[in-house]
Amino acid sequence: MRSLRRAPIYIFLSIVAFVSIFPFLWMIISATNLSVDVTQGRMLPGTALFDNIRKLTESINLVPALWNTLKIALTTTVLALLVASLAGYGFEIYRSKAKDMVFNLLLLSMMIPFAALMVPLYQMFSKLSAAAPLIGVNTVAAVVLPTFTTAFLIFFFRQSSKMFPRELLEAGRIDGLSELGLFFKIYMPTMKTTYSAAAIITFMSSWNNYLWPLIVLQTPEKRTIPLLISNLGSSYSPDFGVIMAAVVISTLPTALVFFLMQKQFVAGMVGSVK
Amino acid sequence: MRAVNHTMRNRAKLTGWLFIAAAVLMICLFYFYPMIQALLLSFKTGAGANLHFDGLTNYKRLLSDKTFFTAVKNTFLFLIVQVPIMIVFAMMISVLLNDSKLRFKGFFRTAIFLPCVTSLVAYSVVFKYLFGNDGLINLALMNMHILSEPIQWISDPFWAKVTIIIAITWRWTGYNMIFFLSSLQNIDSSIYEAAKIDGASGPRQFFSITVPLLKPIILFTSITSTIGTLQLFDEIMNITKGGPGNATLSISQYIYNLSFKYTPDFGYAATVSYSIVVMIIILSFLQIKLAGDDK
Repeated sequence: MRSLRRAPIYIFLSIVAFVSIFPFLWMIISATNLSVDVTQGRMLPGTALFDNIRKLTESINLVPALWNTLKIALTTTVLALLVASLAGYGFEIYRSKAKDMVFNLLLLSMMIPFAALMVPLYQMFSKLSAAAPLIGVNTVAAVVLPTFTTAFLIFFFRQSSKMFPRELLEAGRIDGLSELGLFFKIYMPTMKTTYSAAAIITFMSSWNNYLWPLIVLQTPEKRTIPLLISNLGSSYSPDFGVIMAAVVISTLPTALVFFLMQKQFVAGMVGSVK
Repeated sequence: MRAVNHTMRNRAKLTGWLFIAAAVLMICLFYFYPMIQALLLSFKTGAGANLHFDGLTNYKRLLSDKTFFTAVKNTFLFLIVQVPIMIVFAMMISVLLNDSKLRFKGFFRTAIFLPCVTSLVAYSVVFKYLFGNDGLINLALMNMHILSEPIQWISDPFWAKVTIIIAITWRWTGYNMIFFLSSLQNIDSSIYEAAKIDGASGPRQFFSITVPLLKPIILFTSITSTIGTLQLFDEIMNITKGGPGNATLSISQYIYNLSFKYTPDFGYAATVSYSIVVMIIILSFLQIKLAGDDK
């Protein structure tokens, strides 16, 4: 009787779960099929997966795009974690009224839409192109520099620092560690879970970033995975099998991270709200 | 001794500022400085890099720009229809999932959250093809005899908007659900026990206990979703390109078009972009006010 009463709930949740998963199923199945089969609505795995991947690596330059995206995402993650955790630690451990005011000011930057920044940022980097070609338009630095520092991440580290046991710092000071030494040798190792959650969020959003790279990366050999997929998707005679193979490959790293580190992933999202 | 203490305290103060220096510098350089630049730009006209101050010309143009108003109208339509649907949906699912006697909870939660691992571009391309004229959705609906002829999901002005709304809801419901779930887990179950003893029914418990306790999360999710919708770009660009006509054009895409697609008109683009800033400030303020009022 009890389980019968719950039946509508199970049916509802199953439908929602099915709708959520179905596009994934479709893209994985389609990646193994020829374009013709995909258009005919074939929902069974095929044998064209390796052909599709070969086309991606031979004629579409998937590998350089993967490499570009990885370079950008890793640089962004390392810099973001370092700068944001230093700041979050600084704001919380060396708390003062003046710093709290600065902190609130930084939070305001979360309200600024990227659309409002893209034009002046583009101008900034195109001016830099002549003076400093290494950080001008069409470079990794131009993608990374304006995106790696976010008030969100600083906020996240500050919130997490509230739980950090300060006695450890006193003990470190007695042992003669410098203030910077305390941060690197005591704070960082203690806050491993916070760092991994932050790394996941940052890596994923960088790996998936579209608008800024679209503006600032101008030659095909520099483009990242989202640009490549967007390009494939807007072609006039799309090869569905090949496109879906690219979509699957681009989703694999983030899906993998998600399944391996689900707990930190959710902690990272939710921890920032509390 | 006192002097030493004094310098030490000053040094400690300075150390704190050094820790935050890099972050403050970066945020000023890449958020606040460009914002000032954009404000200056919004008073300039000209093509490409040849810009000169031209008073309020751009702002006058904005007020009579039909494309701009279409973009604002579309964006607000997405906002008004999609955000409430998604938040109610996310809340409903999380309440169902929070039931301690529910089985396969982990599976349901993971499945519903899964859309969040895809990039906006990747899922947009998938949706574009699923909802294509001869895409799988039409094929399936016709095979099941629900439709006699295909729906123009992408190329009809009305259905294109529906497609965008379905797509965004698919991608973000699970994301918002996680916030509701974690908040529900923190609600003390004894409150519900007490309500049960007092004879409160299920729906009654939901509306007089759950909803009020979830209010901060409702506020948080609606503000973040509002900001997200006002910045809508990746989906529009990759599913409909703003079309058909300008039926799904969003404000962000209009700014992009003005600066990078047509002859670059950076001054006017900056003017349009300031309109989003103003809208985000007003809407966030309204939402906070709305939530604060009945406390």
